[in-house]
Amino acid sequence: MNQKHKMTITHLFTHALEICESFLRQPRIMAEKIYQKHKMTITHLFTYALVICAYFACQSMIKAEKMTLSLEGQLVPICAYIVLAVSLNLTVGISGELSLGHAGFMYVGAITGVIASMWMRYAFTEESAFFLFFENMNIDFALVRMLISLIVAGVFAGIVGFIIGIPVLRLRGDYLAIVTLAFGEIIRNIMTCLYVAVNKKTGALNFTFNNSDIPSKDFKLFIKGPTGITGNSPKIATFVIGIGLVLFTLLIVQNLINSRTGRAIKACRDNRIAAESMGLNVTKYKMIAFVTSACLAGMAGALYAANFSSVVPSKFSIDTSILILVFVVLGGLGNILGSVISATVLTLLPELLREFDDYRMLVYVVVLILTMLITNSPIVKSLIGAIKEGAKKLFARKNTENGANS
Amino acid sequence: MKKIFAMVLSLMLAMGAMSAFAEDAITIGISGPLTGPYAMYGLGVVHGAEIAVEEVNALGGIQFALTYEDDEGDPEKAVNAFNKMLDDGAAMMAGTVTSGACAAVAAEAYDMRVFMLTPSASSPTVTEDRDNVFQVCFTDPGQGAASADYIVQNNLAKKVAVIYNNGLDYSTGIYQTFEEKANELGLEIVSVTTFSSDNNADFSVQLTKAKDSGAELVFLPIYYTPASMILKQADAMNYDPIFFGVDGMDGILSIEGFDTSLAEGVYLLTAFSADAQDEKTQNFVKKYEERFGGTPNQFAADAYDAIYALYEACNEAEVTAEIANQRRGFADVCEMLIEVMPTITVEGITGTMSWEATGEVTKTPTAVIIHEGAYVGAK
Repeated sequence: MNQKHKMTITHLFTHALEICESFLRQPRIMAEKIYQKHKMTITHLFTYALVICAYFACQSMIKAEKMTLSLEGQLVPICAYIVLAVSLNLTVGISGELSLGHAGFMYVGAITGVIASMWMRYAFTEESAFFLFFENMNIDFALVRMLISLIVAGVFAGIVGFIIGIPVLRLRGDYLAIVTLAFGEIIRNIMTCLYVAVNKKTGALNFTFNNSDIPSKDFKLFIKGPTGITGNSPKIATFVIGIGLVLFTLLIVQNLINSRTGRAIKACRDNRIAAESMGLNVTKYKMIAFVTSACLAGMAGALYAANFSSVVPSKFSIDTSILILVFVVLGGLGNILGSVISATVLTLLPELLREFDDYRMLVYVVVLILTMLITNSPIVKSLIGAIKEGAKKLFARKNTENGANS
Repeated sequence: MKKIFAMVLSLMLAMGAMSAFAEDAITIGISGPLTGPYAMYGLGVVHGAEIAVEEVNALGGIQFALTYEDDEGDPEKAVNAFNKMLDDGAAMMAGTVTSGACAAVAAEAYDMRVFMLTPSASSPTVTEDRDNVFQVCFTDPGQGAASADYIVQNNLAKKVAVIYNNGLDYSTGIYQTFEEKANELGLEIVSVTTFSSDNNADFSVQLTKAKDSGAELVFLPIYYTPASMILKQADAMNYDPIFFGVDGMDGILSIEGFDTSLAEGVYLLTAFSADAQDEKTQNFVKKYEERFGGTPNQFAADAYDAIYALYEACNEAEVTAEIANQRRGFADVCEMLIEVMPTITVEGITGTMSWEATGEVTKTPTAVIIHEGAYVGAK
């Protein structure tokens, strides 16, 4: 065989190999494309799956009586905190506005939610048509009360969010942060003067400011100014409702982010001038994000209040706003799954650190700082990147196999 | 890094070993603010309870073990702490220390059937509609009325000014009943000014108003931290009326860096005075000073009495460690104790106590006066 033949054969061989490979590569690239195109959807589905798995894990633990009372008692608050973190992420991460008044919306929701549920408790006796309607359908009236109070809380917090949003969203940057902070404190100060009583027979509500004079003995005072909400028992919040609210929030927020409106919101965040020149109404889109966020925070507040017989106004101070912001920042701005995980972990952490006694909060802060540092270190980042790459390859290969079969 | 890690790990192990409980003892849980601005209350309660538990165990009858958790005075954390203590085997609660937190825990305890005897949560909402919750301290409304009564009885003043925290249930609760009783007894309230928990550094406006209105006595139904500021600022503006506080004022002498001479002559309506000459009080105060330093406050005394009340009740109801330490034994213990609680009478250091079935305590309030940096029984 001479040199020329040798060359031709090698050439042909290489060529054949290339053709073979391109056949193989085609589905692989397709899979990659599919992954890139639906990356958001996949991440979103993963978030839902995680929440649902966590729910079943917890339920089976409760069934088997393996769960500690301490953890069981924290399930509903954790759900409320997840909703708060996800909704704040909408404002801070997606819409790019630093809001420090989230606890204010939570408080509006807590108060209105409790008023709604207490009104229903006394307004609809066991003989009323409304009560019997659900009774006949085998639906627990407490569940109805909870759901309606969630809706009422969401509506009122949304309205308050809208009213606050009109002046606030015209401001930019630090000003917005300061105004929202002030708003949270104003809400709390107004509420510390509010007294609400309900007539035990008719369900009529009685609102007064700065005095706790109850009209007659028939009235039960359940919002007592500085004491906050009291006597809100038996509690109507359950873990199922909590998880339901978390899923509802994820549905709303994740779909909003992925929609045309969501892209507009992000465009306003990334470059206001460019967005305006494209004809986007910046205030409108910021308002959509802000009001949605307020609404969900209100619902979380109602859930939280329904879980405790007593809620003090100091709970809704700037500290809680900052705490929720910490959840969001630690989970990653704009990262919904991150918010869910960080809200859960950071709510459980102080309880798990009880072993440290007085040094508990010190350790908590150290853990926070370490988490911030570690997630930002280049080594860990490249490691996470490598894992992601690996997962992607694995995913792509699976699709290749599927593609080859079809 | 490795060293720190090892240290943390060993610390955790040590803590874990410490929280193991004796099998043959009934565990009592206390949650209260052990850190933060109200820490004095929580620590007082825990220290007082520790002394009482030691004494009770030395008697050789029923054995008690104590477990306590920090709740920072927050309802959510208090419920967490409560659940944690039940996980750890607590059979009954001698807490929660603060009112708001206690109301939240009481609702949980009512549903789960856990017996509660709170040393210091004085709000009536704590016991309202619940058969399992009892108090060692007076209720807020009771304190307001008793204060007005005491001022009139002892002819301390004709014109009274009130400064209270309108952001605090405790404060408003006492003020409202004080006002009612004062009107009834013809005590003239010449000035009423308020402040809030966020704004408690400057009291010049409130004090000036009290001074200008010619009040001879300033009633302070507030906690000790703002009270210390008021005393300081009143001294600075040369205003020297009689200051009259209630149990929240207790602890003012233990504030670090506070000049106790400013508190000279301050009246305090409380059920406990550390200088009482009876043997029990003397013994308690001596032990407290030896172990923890400083004079015990009313919270410590209430907690001390709470443990003895639980001891009496357990003896009366024949609660044993066996019943208490079975799985979820707290529910059985609860029903047994509820039944005997209204029948027992306890001779404590805060007076002779008996209980209504509603949970309220019956005992007589006394006033103490601060003299040379110590609480002294007034008259």
